[in-house]
Amino acid sequence: MKDKAVGAGRIKNMRRRTRVTVVCAVLLLAAVLVAGVLLGERAVQTDFSRKNVTPCIPYLFGTDWMGRDMLARTLKGLSTSIFIGILASAISALVALVLGTMAATLGKGADAAITWLIDLMLGVPHIVLLVLISYALGKGFWGVTVGVALTHWPGLCRVLRSEILQIRESTYIGVARQLGKSPWYIAKTHIFPQILPQFLAGLILLFPHAILHEASVTFLGFGLSPEKPAIGMILSESMSYLSTGKWWLALFPGLALVLVVVLFERIGNGVRTLLDPASAHE
Amino acid sequence: MRYIKFLFQNLVKMATLLVGVSIVAFTLVSMSPIDPVQANVGTLGYMRMTPEKKAEFASYWGEDVPPVERYLNWAGDFIRGDMGISLKYNRPVAEVVSEKFRNSLLLMCVAWILSGVFGILLGVIAGYYRDRWQDRLIKGYALLLASTPAFWIALVLLMVFAVWLQWLPVGMNVPIGMAAAEVGFLERLRHLILPAAALSLTGVANIALHTREKMIDIMESDYVLFARARGERGGAIVRRHALRNILLPAITLQFGSVSEIFGGSVLIEQVFSYPGLGQAAVDAGLGSDVALLLAITVVSTLFVFCGNLIANVLYGVVDPRIRRGGYER
Repeated sequence: MKDKAVGAGRIKNMRRRTRVTVVCAVLLLAAVLVAGVLLGERAVQTDFSRKNVTPCIPYLFGTDWMGRDMLARTLKGLSTSIFIGILASAISALVALVLGTMAATLGKGADAAITWLIDLMLGVPHIVLLVLISYALGKGFWGVTVGVALTHWPGLCRVLRSEILQIRESTYIGVARQLGKSPWYIAKTHIFPQILPQFLAGLILLFPHAILHEASVTFLGFGLSPEKPAIGMILSESMSYLSTGKWWLALFPGLALVLVVVLFERIGNGVRTLLDPASAHE
Repeated sequence: MRYIKFLFQNLVKMATLLVGVSIVAFTLVSMSPIDPVQANVGTLGYMRMTPEKKAEFASYWGEDVPPVERYLNWAGDFIRGDMGISLKYNRPVAEVVSEKFRNSLLLMCVAWILSGVFGILLGVIAGYYRDRWQDRLIKGYALLLASTPAFWIALVLLMVFAVWLQWLPVGMNVPIGMAAAEVGFLERLRHLILPAAALSLTGVANIALHTREKMIDIMESDYVLFARARGERGGAIVRRHALRNILLPAITLQFGSVSEIFGGSVLIEQVFSYPGLGQAAVDAGLGSDVALLLAITVVSTLFVFCGNLIANVLYGVVDPRIRRGGYER
């Protein structure tokens, strides 16, 4: 008896801890987003009297060769990245949902076509595809956002498709069909609620990839324009100053980017654990 | 017989996908608001072109030719091996691609092998010591690396080993001011260390995590329990029971990760100014060198497909059920 009680206490703690982690991570990301918006002015302010300052108390991340505050630039860049990441992964997840549902419900032809499309997308190296799309759209903000949005759906789409295929085999769907319910009704009441946890977790877990790819494409020079502070831009500019020993230009913005990605990863995994009834006892 | 059919199916799928990729890539390039003819009129390469070549160039990219016809013109010549002229490098595309690809291949092979060996090793250790400090350390490292952009790792390595400690050269694959031909093998190797290290450091994460999962399954299996009951200890269990079951799936996974290695190499080549295919792709994209960009897309896709094909074939070798049931569900 006693053992059971102790076990139950730990389960509660585990779930509570996950919940606390998720809430903290969301708050931290929101803070970065707000700080980036508020610091927009400061991020582009140049002041040649304080250029190339090594990290110290007023300038935690140091300043660059034009005397811009690197902390402000980093936060501004991160908030742009997070914004693009959210937009792109939302679009990507929607595409995945629509195509995955179509593949699983519209019969063999549609399934074959969509599976082929997924293989096609996964066949081209990701970065090359992003370069192509952003070239097609004439580079810039939309080039990156559309590129990232159009290239991240295949993985999630595959998962959703096989999930829906499995659900379709279950008896209650058969019963609903025999009762003469319409396909839309079945999808709405029997299928979507079932795949919702997968979908939400998948959506959030797209963020890290989206942000990393946005940074990569911008780093290569296809993304946002140089005057906009973006993490990729900051890092690619820092390259020309590394050999003269300005290590802080690359180190801290990169670390901040890693932190944001890790936070999103945490949120995604946390949400998945919380929503998945099978792991309620872990 | 079934096996041949399985192979054949895979090859057909590969061919249709390759055609699909070339159509999509061509469409994307044609959609661009940047007109390649206009963008390249001023370049040296375009001015030196013979009138016939100019006509050929316009037949691929000219505004006044219908898109389908343009694609067929381009694809027809491409299959025959004429990939057009790279305006950026002022040489035939085929020549540029093969030269750059050889440089990249060296880098990717080294990184691929290193990340495979270390990934499997770390995965086995982590799985064997599940939930002990060794496992936590390795798992933490792998998860952290999975969220780290490859080019930033490259930047950090560059700062530490090339700028700060000055042990290794900053970039390129030959010392500045030397012709490629007169550079010795050792010098080349020295220039390869940092890019290869950066590429393998990030490549390790995925395979280590996978091997760890597999290793945990094996350590919980009945045959390991039985081996323990017979009195076998650590090293012997890993050698006799675990490694055999882990190696093939891990190698298969590693073949499937060719796409990621290629993507990583694009970024890392940019950091180290390593003259490989990735750098050429970036140059082509930024400089509107459409012929080169398309050729690189097709070649890199073919490269990825070959990796996937080997992975699929290996799956068949490892698991007869897949061979019999054809591929996928």
